[in-house]
Amino acid sequence: MWRDHLTEIIVFSVLFLLVSVMGFVAARWRAPKDMAHLDEWGLGGRSFGGWITWFLVGGDLYTAYTFVAVPALMFGAGAAGFFAVPYTIVIYPLVFLVLVRLWSVSHRHGFVTPADFVRNRFDSPVLALLIAITGIVATMPYIALQLVGIEAVLKTMGVTGDNALARHLPIIIAFAILAAYTYQSGLRAPALIAFVKDSLIYIVILVAVVYLPYKLGGWGDIFAAADAKFDASPNPNDGILLNGNNQLQYVTLALGSALALFLYPHSITGVLASRNRDVIKRNMSALPAYSLLLGLIALLGYMAIAAGVKPLPGNSAGSVDNNTIVPLLFDQQFPDWFAGVAYAAIGIGALVPAAIMSIAAANLFTRNIYKEYLKRDASPAQEANVSKITSLVVKVGAVACIVFLDPQFSIDLQLIGGVIILQTLPAVALGLYTRWFHRTGLIVGWVAGMGLGMWMLYQVASPTRKHFGGSAFPLSEFGFDTTRTIYVGIVAVAVNLAVAALVTLVLRAAKVEEGADGTEPDDYFADEGDPRVTPGTDRDADSAREPVA
Amino acid sequence: MTAPEPEAPTTAPSRAKDHSPWNWLLFIPIVVPLIPAFFNGDSPRVFGFPRFYWLQLAFILLGVGTTTLVYQMTKKRGGS
Repeated sequence: MWRDHLTEIIVFSVLFLLVSVMGFVAARWRAPKDMAHLDEWGLGGRSFGGWITWFLVGGDLYTAYTFVAVPALMFGAGAAGFFAVPYTIVIYPLVFLVLVRLWSVSHRHGFVTPADFVRNRFDSPVLALLIAITGIVATMPYIALQLVGIEAVLKTMGVTGDNALARHLPIIIAFAILAAYTYQSGLRAPALIAFVKDSLIYIVILVAVVYLPYKLGGWGDIFAAADAKFDASPNPNDGILLNGNNQLQYVTLALGSALALFLYPHSITGVLASRNRDVIKRNMSALPAYSLLLGLIALLGYMAIAAGVKPLPGNSAGSVDNNTIVPLLFDQQFPDWFAGVAYAAIGIGALVPAAIMSIAAANLFTRNIYKEYLKRDASPAQEANVSKITSLVVKVGAVACIVFLDPQFSIDLQLIGGVIILQTLPAVALGLYTRWFHRTGLIVGWVAGMGLGMWMLYQVASPTRKHFGGSAFPLSEFGFDTTRTIYVGIVAVAVNLAVAALVTLVLRAAKVEEGADGTEPDDYFADEGDPRVTPGTDRDADSAREPVA
Repeated sequence: MTAPEPEAPTTAPSRAKDHSPWNWLLFIPIVVPLIPAFFNGDSPRVFGFPRFYWLQLAFILLGVGTTTLVYQMTKKRGGS
C-alpha cells in the first residue's frame, strides 16, 4: 500500500520537482546569445569544462538501469553479474585513445553525430544513414530501460494501479516534465541535473556500503550468505566465482559492452560537448571513480541476499521482479526518509541519461536524415528546431515501449541494442584510424554482422522464453564440443570486420570508385582554438556565426 | 583513374602529435581486467572479500594510475 510509504513518496517527489525546476532554469545557465543552433541546444555550445564533463559523461554511462539491474543480476546469478566492473575499467583507456580523435575531427568540421563523421570520411551518405538509423534504433530501448528503473522504485513504494494506464501514470508525468525541460534547455539540462544526481548517489552508496555490512555482520557473512544461496540453487552457472563455462562469456561481454557503450550516440554526445582534448583526457583518468561506485552498488545484490530480501512479484503470474531488490533493501534497512532519498537518486539517475539519449537520437535524425534527405538547405535554427521536436517524439516512443510492451521485452530489446550498435565499430571507431576499408565493404560488413547477430540472439533460449533469452551464445551451436558460451556481439562484430575486409579487397582489385576523404590527417589532432575550425558543417560555412570558443 | 593514395593518405605521418609511445601503456588496463585466471579465485581474502571481488576493484586503481600517467606524459608542454 502506498500509504505505508508516505514519507518516502514525499521525499522522492520533492527532490524530483527540485531537479525539474533546475532543468528549466538550465536554459539560462552559461547561456549563449543564440540558443537556436544545434551546437547550442544539442551540444551545450561545445563548451563544457572538466567538472561538467565529468558529471555529464558519468551521468551518461551509469544509468538508473545500472543501479537496479546490476545488483539484480548479482542477486540472481552471482559472479557473472560483476562483469560490469571490468567493463567500466576497459572503457576509459579506449575512449582516451579513440574518442579524443573523434572530438578533434568533429571540432574541426562541426560534426554533431558519429554519422556526420562517417559521411565525410567515407564520402557515403548511405553508410551515414545506416549508422544514424543504427544509433536511433539502439537508443530507443535504452531510454525505455530508464523507465524500468523508475518503475522498480515506484513499485516498491506501492505506487501501482490496477490497469496499464494507472500503473504507468507516474512515469508518463515524469517523462512529460523531462520532455518539456529537455525541449527548452537541451543538453544544458542534463548537465546541470547530473550534479544533483551524482551527489545523491554518492551519499546513498557511501552510507549503504558502510552501514549495511556493519548491520549484516560484515563482508565475510555477506559473501557466505550469497555462497550458501548459490550452492542451494539448481542453476549450474551461478556462484560467487565463475566456472569453466562462463569465463569466456564474462570477458567477451565485458569487452563487447565497453566497445558498444562508447559507440552509443549519447556517450559520443557527452564527449563532443567538451571544450577541448585536455578535458576529455583528464576525465578519462578521473571517471573510473564511478567504477568503484558501480562495484559497490553491484554488491548490494549480495547484501540483499544476506538481508533475506524477497523480490516483488513480476508482471506475469509466478515470476519475480529482481529489479526491485535494491529498492526493497533500502526500504527494509533504512529509515523512510533516507530510503526516499535513495529512490530519488535512482529516479533522477534515470532522467539524466534519458535526456542525453533523446538529444543524441534527435541530433542523428536531424543531421543525417532530415538535413541529408529532406531539406538540404536547412538553416541552423531549423536544425535546432527539428532536433527539439524529434527529442519529444523519441521520448513518446520510449514511454510507449513501457506502457504497451512487457518491460521484460524492453530489457531484451536493450540486449539487441548492444549487439547492433557494435556493428558501427568498423566505420566509426576504426574509421578514426584508417580509411583502408571501402565504403561498400563497410556496408556489406554491417549487413553481415547485423544478420548474424540477430540470428544468434534468436537462438538463445532462457528458462522463460525460447528466443532472445540472453546474450550468451552456446559455442556448441557452432559445432564445438563444449558447454562454454560467448557474447553474441563480439562474434557478430568479428564477422562484420572479416566481411568488410574481404569485400574491400575485392572492390579494390576491381578498382571500384571509393570516394574522397573529407578529412585530413591533421584534423584528428585539432584542439580548441584551431584556426581551421569552421562554424557548423563545411556545407553551411557561409553562415555568419562565430565559432564557439 | 583516381588513385586513392595521394588524396587519401591513410598512412598518417608517424610523427603526428598523438603518437606518443606512452599510449601503448593504455593496453595494460584494457587487457589485464579481461584475464579471468588472475581474479577468478577465492583466496586470499581481504576484509572478507574473495579475491574475485577485491582484485577486480583493485584493477580500477590500475586503470586510473595508468591513464593518469599517460595523460601527464602526453599532455601539451610548452615548447617540447
